Amino acid sequence: MSNIVIKNVSKVFGQRPERAFKLLEQGISKNEVQEKTGLVIGVYDISLEIQSGEVFVIMGLSGSGKSTLQRLLNRLHEPTRGEIIIDGKDITKMDNKELIQFRRKAFSGMVFQNFAILPHRTVMGNVEFGLELHGIDKEKRRKRAQEVIEIVGLKGYENSYPSELSGGMQQRVGLARGLAVDADILLMDEAFSALDPLIRREMQDELLELQSRMKKTIVFVTHDLDEAFKIGDRIAILKDGVMVQMGTAEEIITRPADDYVTAFVEGLDRTGVFTAGTIMQPVKATAHVNDGLHTVLHKIRRAGISSIFLVDSEKKLHGYLKAGEVAEEVKKESVDEKKKPHPSLIHVPDTVHPDTQLTEVINLYTESVGPIAVVDDNKKLLGVVIRGAIIAALAKGYKPEENGYHEQHTGTVEKDS
Amino acid sequence: MFPFRIPIRDWISAVVDYLSTQFSVVFDSISTLVLFLVDNFKDGLLTLHPLMLIVVLGLITYRMAGLTTAGVAVAGLLIVENIGLWVAFNETLALVLTAEVFVIAVGLPLGILAAGSDRLNGIFRPVLDFMQTMPAFVYLIPAIMFFGLGLVPGVIATFVFAIPPLIRLTNLGIRQVPKELIEASDAFGATRAQKLFKVQMPVALPTVMAGVNQSIMLGLSMVVIAAMIGAGGLGAEVLRGIQRLEVGQGFEAGLAVVILAVILDRITAGFGQIKKPQQ
Repeated sequence: MSNIVIKNVSKVFGQRPERAFKLLEQGISKNEVQEKTGLVIGVYDISLEIQSGEVFVIMGLSGSGKSTLQRLLNRLHEPTRGEIIIDGKDITKMDNKELIQFRRKAFSGMVFQNFAILPHRTVMGNVEFGLELHGIDKEKRRKRAQEVIEIVGLKGYENSYPSELSGGMQQRVGLARGLAVDADILLMDEAFSALDPLIRREMQDELLELQSRMKKTIVFVTHDLDEAFKIGDRIAILKDGVMVQMGTAEEIITRPADDYVTAFVEGLDRTGVFTAGTIMQPVKATAHVNDGLHTVLHKIRRAGISSIFLVDSEKKLHGYLKAGEVAEEVKKESVDEKKKPHPSLIHVPDTVHPDTQLTEVINLYTESVGPIAVVDDNKKLLGVVIRGAIIAALAKGYKPEENGYHEQHTGTVEKDS
Repeated sequence: MFPFRIPIRDWISAVVDYLSTQFSVVFDSISTLVLFLVDNFKDGLLTLHPLMLIVVLGLITYRMAGLTTAGVAVAGLLIVENIGLWVAFNETLALVLTAEVFVIAVGLPLGILAAGSDRLNGIFRPVLDFMQTMPAFVYLIPAIMFFGLGLVPGVIATFVFAIPPLIRLTNLGIRQVPKELIEASDAFGATRAQKLFKVQMPVALPTVMAGVNQSIMLGLSMVVIAAMIGAGGLGAEVLRGIQRLEVGQGFEAGLAVVILAVILDRITAGFGQIKKPQQ
């Protein structure tokens, strides 16, 4: 497993790059430096760390330096300044021979927007390509290539030429070529951007599925925020060669670093990003399984809610009670104060896991009659999803402390309340 | 207008004189090699019975260019045999093939080098322009100076005249290989040689073959002109027609050249495509 550490890395294209650094250090903008010196700033002073086994997305518009940054990692571009340390080795100090060996050992090649597969080779020939370069004998690489071809779902196309395949299939070849090499780091440059939306989504899902099994370190470059948030464990946003923010999808959405990121985030399809865990509210009042009916009613009234979750001492969820039914039961005859709610009063709520995607929560919400509880794997009650929070998340990002849902909806609220 | 004259002709003559005396060993060995190749090609072609060679050429044309072209080729070859130009035809073919061997042996590496270096390409380009615009006749003079009369200077002049398109198109073909393919092979840890032989050359092959095709066509035209310095073959027949003002004879020889041109062109034009997938 490899982790990648990038320290103060800059890339300036052109002769005598020191001129650019002098100006940049004075705070002069990239465009002005370019006008004055003719030097193009690829990336400037970027430091970050990529953990092994994570999907790290580098995101930005064209010209932001995202592809440049990625190409610095395997020195397709030579860094002008800074250190790039992979597996504890500074690759900027390697000579050409060492570099070629290191690329073979550490990188599963690269996957490109335009596939970059060889037109004169069959699918099999393309998938074998990396192994062939590494000098692995024919029988062995055939076997490995066949395995990978099956993994990416191209079985039966081994002898087809790229010109006979659709875009999606060609990109599977590109992906397979990378996966065939048994190295940890996979670089993907706008890998799905040339595919139509349906195929793109399918490929994203498959990549995630593959990743859950293979645990490679994937550095993925994209200009598409939806894609970045869908597949990235962490995301770095670049603008004009400078990193403006790095973090998880949620961190970026809930705390955009500046106006640039905010503008980006506004165009986002939020349903894919938010999970039940992000939009859930804390449960203010719960009833204990041993509480008598009067106690329960008291709790309901004090919290001003229409239903209440029933939990035990471990906070394990046992069901929920409706305010109206409890009140009626109390009114009926002279109920013993200590009498516990009759089992018929206890309803089974819909539950979701904190990792459940917002889309699923919405689906559940339209079908469900009661409140939706968020519980962990041990059925422990963590929170509740209310309609207001879903709408807010869909509408403009979730900022509970500003919007003040707590005052309006304390504890559990029924869907129709 | 000028009180003096720039002595270009004296310089060139001096250089040629110097070279031909100082490097006679080199020129002699080139001579031997050229003669060896021409003789072998010619003998090889002429040992076969004409009909057999016609069938073989017909099959190659069929494989490369399809049935119609093959039919035209076979008909043309039969005509050549019929009008008694068979030997001259094969002599010319042997000259073209020999020149092409040299063209490929020198042109391909130069084209590859030019593709790898902008500076070298910058030097090559004006030289190639010069070589291609210089009237073909002019090459005959230094060729004679170095190699005397006969087929050797003819082949050498042909080589010089025919090499530019191959260098140019090899250079172009390699430069046109998509950048991402190069990046992909680099990313997988390809060495320079691996990149060249597994990616650049195969992808550039159609363009390179277009260069081979063009150099063969140029070579053929030059081989005919080279008859003026005694290279023999169909060119000699054309020349005889001119000298004796025998229109008919000259036309026949010219027709045979055209037939050879068509066959060579169709066959080599097909080379670039054979690597493509077969549906």
